Amino acid sequence: MEINNFIEKFAEIFEDTDTSVFSAQTEYRNLDEYSSIIGLSIIGMVDEEYNVMLKGEDLRNATTIGDLFNIVKSKM
Amino acid sequence: MAVYNPFSLQGKTILITGASSGIGRATAIECSRMGASLVVSDINAEGLQETISLLQESENIHRMIIANLANEEDIELLINGLDKLDGCVFSAGVGSTKVLPFYSKTELQRVFDINYFGPVLLTNLLVKKKLLAKSCSLVYISSIGGVHFFSPGNGIYGASKSALDSFVRFAAIELAPKHVRVNSVCPSRVETPLIKSVPISEKEVQIDKAKYLLKRYATPQEIALGCVYLLSDASSFMTGQSLILDGGRLLT
Repeated sequence: MEINNFIEKFAEIFEDTDTSVFSAQTEYRNLDEYSSIIGLSIIGMVDEEYNVMLKGEDLRNATTIGDLFNIVKSKM
Repeated sequence: MAVYNPFSLQGKTILITGASSGIGRATAIECSRMGASLVVSDINAEGLQETISLLQESENIHRMIIANLANEEDIELLINGLDKLDGCVFSAGVGSTKVLPFYSKTELQRVFDINYFGPVLLTNLLVKKKLLAKSCSLVYISSIGGVHFFSPGNGIYGASKSALDSFVRFAAIELAPKHVRVNSVCPSRVETPLIKSVPISEKEVQIDKAKYLLKRYATPQEIALGCVYLLSDASSFMTGQSLILDGGRLLT
C-alpha cells in the first residue's frame, strides 16, 4: 500500500478542490468541500480499495491525509 | 374472574423471523409473556437457542426453525414446519451504509434479499398454503429510514424498507377479505446489533441521540411492545398502517 495511490484515490472523491491541494500533510477536514457525505465517501473508498472498514471516529482522529493513511495501514 | 386484557396473546400461535437477536428476540420474549405459543426462526442457530431459553415458561410449546430467508429453499422448509398462524412478525433484516459511488449489485442483492424479497416471498407462501388463521395479524419491521427519514449513506437499506412498507399496504388490501390485518412498525434507531454494524463512533452516537426528543434510542423491548399491540385484538381496527416509534426524532 502506497501513500501516493491513497492520496490520488482520496482526491478523486472531491469535485471542486484542485488535486494539487492534496498531499500527506493536507488537513482534509478543514477543506471547504469537506462534508459528512465526503466522510462517508472516504469510508466507501477505503472499504472498496483496501478492504478496511473505517469508523467516523477514525476520520476524526486523523488530522492529515497522512494520519488517515497510517490508520488504514494499521487495520490491514 | 379473568383479568381484562385486550393486549393478551393467549391462545395465539405466532411466527417471528429474525428472532436470534435484537427486535426479533425481544418480540419473542414479550409475546411469550403475553401468553402466545411461538415459532421462532433465524439463520443463527445459537442465538435462536438462547432466545428459546429466554421465553416465558408456560403450558405453551415454543419451537424453533433454522432458516435463511434469503434462500427460497429455506423459506419452503420453514413453511413446511408450520401449522396455522394467528400472527407473524417479520423481523429478519440487515443494515447497510454506503454512498452512491460505492453501491454494487452484490450489496443491493444482499440487502433486498433479506429485507424485502424474504418477507414478501414468505408472505406469498403463507397465503398460498392457507397458513393464516382468520383474524391473523401480520407485522413487518420496517424503519423510519427510507420511509419518513432520509439521510446520506442510507439509500440501499432505506429503499429496501420503503419497498417493504409499500408492500404492507398492498397486502392489507388483498388480505382484508380473509380478515387478515397487515401493518408495519417503523422504528428509528434501536439498541440492537444491527446499528452496531454502522461505521459511526460512540461520540457520533451521542450527538445523534441528542436529536431525539427523548434523548435516546429505543430499546428492543419498546419496539416489541408495539408489535404486541398490532398482534393483539387491541388493534383489531388497524390495517394497512405504519406504527412510527421514533422517540420524537421526526419532529426535530
